Amino acid sequence: MSVDKQTVAKIASLARIKMGDDELEHLVPELNNILEWVEQLGEVDVEGIEPMSAVIPNRLRLRDDVIDADPKTAGGRRDDVLANAPAAEHGFFGVPKVIE
Amino acid sequence: MSNYRIQGQTGDWEVVIGLEVHAQVTSSAKLFSGASTAFGAEPNSQVSLVDAAMPGMLPVPNRECIRQAVRTGMAIEAEIHKWSRFDRKNYFYADLPQGYQISQLYHPIVGEGQLTIEADDKSGIPEDKVIGIERIHVEQDAGKLMHDQHPTMSYVDLNRSGVALMEIVSKPDMTSPAEAGAYVRKLRSILRYVGSCDGNMEEGSMRADVNVSVRKVGAEELGTRTETKNVNSVRFVMQVIEYEANRQVDVLESGGTVDQETRLFDVATGTTRTMRSKEDAHDYRYFPDPDLLPLVLEDDFLADCRASLPELPDAKRTRYEQELGLTPYNARELTAEVETFGRFETLLAVTAAKIGKPEAKVATQVANWALSVAPGVVKGLGEEANLANSTPEAQATILAMQDKGEISGGQAKEIYEIVLREGGDPETIADEKGLKQVSDTGAIEAAIDEILANNQDKVEQYKGGKDKLFGFFVGQTMKAMQGKANPAVVNQILKDKLG
Amino acid sequence: MTELTKLGVKAIRDGVRAGDFTAREVAESFNSAVAAAAELNAFIVTTPDHALAAADAADKARADGKKLGAMAGVPIGMKDLFATHGVQTTAASHILEGFEPQYESTVSQNLWDAGAGMLGKLNLDQFAMGSSNETSYFGNVASPWRKDGTNAAMSPGGSSGGSSSAVAARIAPAATGTDTGGSIRQPAAFTGICGIKPTYGRCSRWGVVAFASSLDQAGPMARSVEDCAIMLGAMAGFDPKDATSLQMDVPDWEGALSADLKGKKVGIPKEYRMEGTDQAILDSWEQGKAWLKDAGAEIVDISLPHTKYALPAYYIIAPAEASSNLARYDGVRYGLRDLPEGAGLQDMYAETRAAGFGDEVKRRILIGTYVLSAGFYDAYYNQAQKVRALVARDFEQAWAECDVILAPTTPTASFPLGSLEDDPLTMYLNDVFAVPASLAGLPAMSVPAMLNSDGLPLGLQLVGKPFDEQTVLDAGLAIQQRAAFDHAPEKWW
Ligand SMILES: [Mg+2]
Ligand SMILES: [Zn+2]
Repeated sequence: MSVDKQTVAKIASLARIKMGDDELEHLVPELNNILEWVEQLGEVDVEGIEPMSAVIPNRLRLRDDVIDADPKTAGGRRDDVLANAPAAEHGFFGVPKVIE
Repeated sequence: MSNYRIQGQTGDWEVVIGLEVHAQVTSSAKLFSGASTAFGAEPNSQVSLVDAAMPGMLPVPNRECIRQAVRTGMAIEAEIHKWSRFDRKNYFYADLPQGYQISQLYHPIVGEGQLTIEADDKSGIPEDKVIGIERIHVEQDAGKLMHDQHPTMSYVDLNRSGVALMEIVSKPDMTSPAEAGAYVRKLRSILRYVGSCDGNMEEGSMRADVNVSVRKVGAEELGTRTETKNVNSVRFVMQVIEYEANRQVDVLESGGTVDQETRLFDVATGTTRTMRSKEDAHDYRYFPDPDLLPLVLEDDFLADCRASLPELPDAKRTRYEQELGLTPYNARELTAEVETFGRFETLLAVTAAKIGKPEAKVATQVANWALSVAPGVVKGLGEEANLANSTPEAQATILAMQDKGEISGGQAKEIYEIVLREGGDPETIADEKGLKQVSDTGAIEAAIDEILANNQDKVEQYKGGKDKLFGFFVGQTMKAMQGKANPAVVNQILKDKLG
Repeated sequence: MTELTKLGVKAIRDGVRAGDFTAREVAESFNSAVAAAAELNAFIVTTPDHALAAADAADKARADGKKLGAMAGVPIGMKDLFATHGVQTTAASHILEGFEPQYESTVSQNLWDAGAGMLGKLNLDQFAMGSSNETSYFGNVASPWRKDGTNAAMSPGGSSGGSSSAVAARIAPAATGTDTGGSIRQPAAFTGICGIKPTYGRCSRWGVVAFASSLDQAGPMARSVEDCAIMLGAMAGFDPKDATSLQMDVPDWEGALSADLKGKKVGIPKEYRMEGTDQAILDSWEQGKAWLKDAGAEIVDISLPHTKYALPAYYIIAPAEASSNLARYDGVRYGLRDLPEGAGLQDMYAETRAAGFGDEVKRRILIGTYVLSAGFYDAYYNQAQKVRALVARDFEQAWAECDVILAPTTPTASFPLGSLEDDPLTMYLNDVFAVPASLAGLPAMSVPAMLNSDGLPLGLQLVGKPFDEQTVLDAGLAIQQRAAFDHAPEKWW
C-alpha cells in the first residue's frame, strides 16, 4: 500500500497537523519508503497467533473507589490544573468559540 | 410488532429504532482517577492531573465501576466477558483532554442481554416485548463546553471528564416511540434497582443516542440511520423519533437520501439538526489502550457481583402477583420504581407484624392503601400535608385498626388526614375525635329492633323473597348509628333477626 | 584531593558517607563542569540550586548521624522527559516549551527521596523520537567523543543523548534515560558508558512524557555496572499510579552483584549476525564471548528467528501509540497555543501542532495515524502485534537454552551529526539490535567493550529473562572487569 499526496493530506488533517503543499510533497516518498519497508511484516506467518496484549505476563490491577486517596491523582487542585493554561478565565480553560 | 406507521404519499413507512444509553456509573471517584464525581461542583474543581491529561499521566481503573457494570450485565441476563480490554477512541475536541476517549470497542465487558417491556394498550404496545441488548461497555465521560459565557470563547469545564459511563447498546428492536420510551423507562428502573446508576436524567446521569431509520412496511433492508446525540428525557427520546421518522420519510419521498450523520436535538423546537462539530470525526482509529492491561475477572469477583444483586423488577412483579396475590396492575405499579416498592415493602412488613397475619393476607389491603387511598388523601390536602408525619408505624396502625373493624374506610382516611396535618398517634386521634366504629352488639341490636318494628311491611316482603330489601335495612341501621356501626356486625345481626 | 567529577555514583556515595568530601563539594564541582560544557548542549535547563539543596540535605543528614539514602550526595542529570515539579519539562519540543509541571514523576521523586540532586534537565530527541539527538527543538547534542584526527561533531546517540553525552563527558556522574526501542542502550554504546533498561514495569511511567506506552521504560545511565545497579535500585519500585507497574519487591541488585558466571549459559543469537554490521562490532562480539567464557559461563548458540521483523513491527507499534499519546498536545490546557486571528478550535489544533512538533515527530504521528486508520488496522497494527508476540515467544523459547543473551548493542559506532539527516530508514536501523528486547519487555543493558579503529566506543548488549536484571548486571560486570574500559573522551568543549 502506498500513499499519495491527497492521502497524506487526509492523515495530516486527521492528526490535526497543518501542512503546506511542500511539506506534503516531501512526505509522500518518505512515508512510502517507510511503509514499503514495514510491509515485509506481511511475510510472517501469524496463523493462530494472538496479537500481544500485555508485554510482561501481568493483569490489570484495580483501584479502590476512594475520593482523593492519593493527592497525585486527586481532584481539588484547580490552580495546578490551570497553572499552565494558555487561556484560563473564571476557573475555566478558554478555547476559540465552538459551534456545535 | 407495533402498529406505529408513518403515512406517506407513497405508502406506509415503519420506523426502526436502536438506542445507545449512556448511564453514569454510581461511584464516588472517577473511572481512572481519584477525583470526585459529585454533581454541581465549581468548574474544574474536581479535576485531577489525570483527568486534565497532563503529560505522563496514567489511568488506573476503579474497581467499583467495573463491579457495577458487571452487576448491570447480570441484571439484563447478559453474558459477562471474563476477559475484556480498554481501547482508545481517538478524536480531537475541546471537551476531550487526552485526545482520545478510553472506551471498549473490540472486547466489551458485557455481551448480549435483553430486557422486557410490558404490554400497554394505551401506548400501542399490544403485548410484552423482549428488546435485545447488544452489549454494555465501560468508558469515560467527556468534559463540558460552555458557549454563552464569553463573546469569542467557549469555556471548558473538566469536572465530568473521566467520570465512568456504561454505554448500553440496544439492538434495533424498537419500532415505535412508545416502545423506545418503555425501553428507557425499564432500563432506568433496572439500573436503579441494581444501584449502578441513579437514573437522574436532568443531571445527565442517563442520556440516549437515538438511532432512527425508516423503511417501507414489509421491506427487508434497513434504511440509512441518523444518530441524535445526548437526548436526556424519555419524552425527548420519543419526540426525536417522531420528528426524525417524519423528516426521513419526507426526505425519501421527495426523492432525496438520508445522510448517515450525527444530529442534535433542539428542546425548544422539538426538532433535530446536523451537528457541525462532529462532521469529520468518523475515523476514530480505535486500538487497545497501551496504558492498560487486559481486564481479567476472577470467579470470586463474579460470584460477589451476582450475590449482591437485588430482586429485579420482573421477578418482583411476578412474586407480588403470585405470592402476595396482588392484581397485575398493582404489582406493576408498585415495582416500577425503587422508592415505591421500598416504601411498600416496609409498610407491608410493619402492618403484617402489627396485625399478626402473614404478609400475603394483608398485602392487598396495604397495596390499595399505598397506591390509591394514601396518595388520594395526600393529594387532597395539598400543601397542608406534612409527609414526614406519614411514618410506616402510623400508617400500619391505621391499617390495623381498619383490619380489626375498629374503624371504617372513611374513618381511616379522616385519621390519616389528621396525621398528615398534625402528626400524632392514630389510635389516640381515633379515640379523641370519636372516629371509631361501634361494634357493641347491644347498641346495634337496639337500633335494629327499632327499625324492624317500624318497618313491619318491609320485613314481610323480605321474608316473602324480596332479598334486595336487605340493603335497605343495612342503610337504615347505619343511618341510625350515624355511620359508625361496624358493617360486619350490622350484617350479622340483621341476618340473625330476619332469619 | 581527587578530581570529584571523575567519580561515579558509588565512589561519590561512599566518599560522602565516609566524609572524604562533602556532598556540597561534589555538587559544586559538577555544577561548574556543567556550566563549562555548554558546547555539548547536553542540558536544556540547568538547576544548580536543586543539586546544592540536595547536597546540603545529605551533608546535614550525615552531620546529624542519620542514615544516608542510596543516592545521597550524588547529583544527577534528569532526562527532560521526566516531569519535575516547577522545573520546565519539554520533551525537547517547542510545544511544551515553558511548561512547568505541578507534579513530580515517580522515578525522579524516588531519586530525590534516595538523596540525589538534580544538575538540570537533559536534552534528548524530541519526544524521545530519534537515535542521534538531532530532533530536539533545543538543538543537537554533541557527543564528547570525536573520531581520531577529526573535529566533526559526533552523535551521542538517542534519544537519551543528553544523558549519554553528559555522563561520558564527566559533567554528570549518572543520568536518567528512557528506552522505548533502544534509547538507553544505543546512546550508552555510542559514548562508552553503561545503561540498563529494566523489565517493563519495573520503573513507574507516571510523570514520564509518554512516547509509546507499551514500550517506554526508564533506566539509569552511568559509567559502571555498579553505578547502574545502585541507581536502578533507587529508581525502580511498584507504583499504584501506573497500571502496568510490577507489583514486586526491588531486589538488592548492588548487594548481589557477582562477576562469577559459573553455571550460567550465555546465548548467542545467530540472527544478530546481520549484513551491514561493522566488522569491528562483530569482533567485539567475539571478544565478549571470550570474556564471558572466562568468567565461567557456557556459551551456547541460540536462534531468535523473528529478529528481522522486530524493527518493522516496532515502527508500526511505536508510532501508532505515539500518534495517540501526543494528541493531548493541543494548545488547550498547557504548552504552545498558536491561534491565528479568527481561527476556530480545529484550526487552532492544526496550527499549534504544526508549529509545536518537529519533523520527525510529525513523520511518526502521520505513520501512526495512517496505520490505525479505517481499513488499515488489521494489516498494520494487528499484524505488528502478532509479530511482536512471535518475537516475545522467540525469547521465551531461548530461555530454555540460556540465562542471558549476548549481542552487539548497535550495528555501527557513532556517526557525525547530520550524516543521516535525510535518511530516516537508515537511522531507524541503528536500533535493530536493541528493539527486540524492547518489544518483549525484557531487561537489557549496554556495557562499553572497546574502541574501534577510529577511537570510538563500541558497546555490548546483554538481554535477560523477565525480572532477572541481576543476571544482566552480573554478566555486564564480568565484561566490565575484563574489558577494563577506562577510556575517556579528550576534552574539547
Ligand atoms: Mg453513540
Ligand atoms: Zn459512548
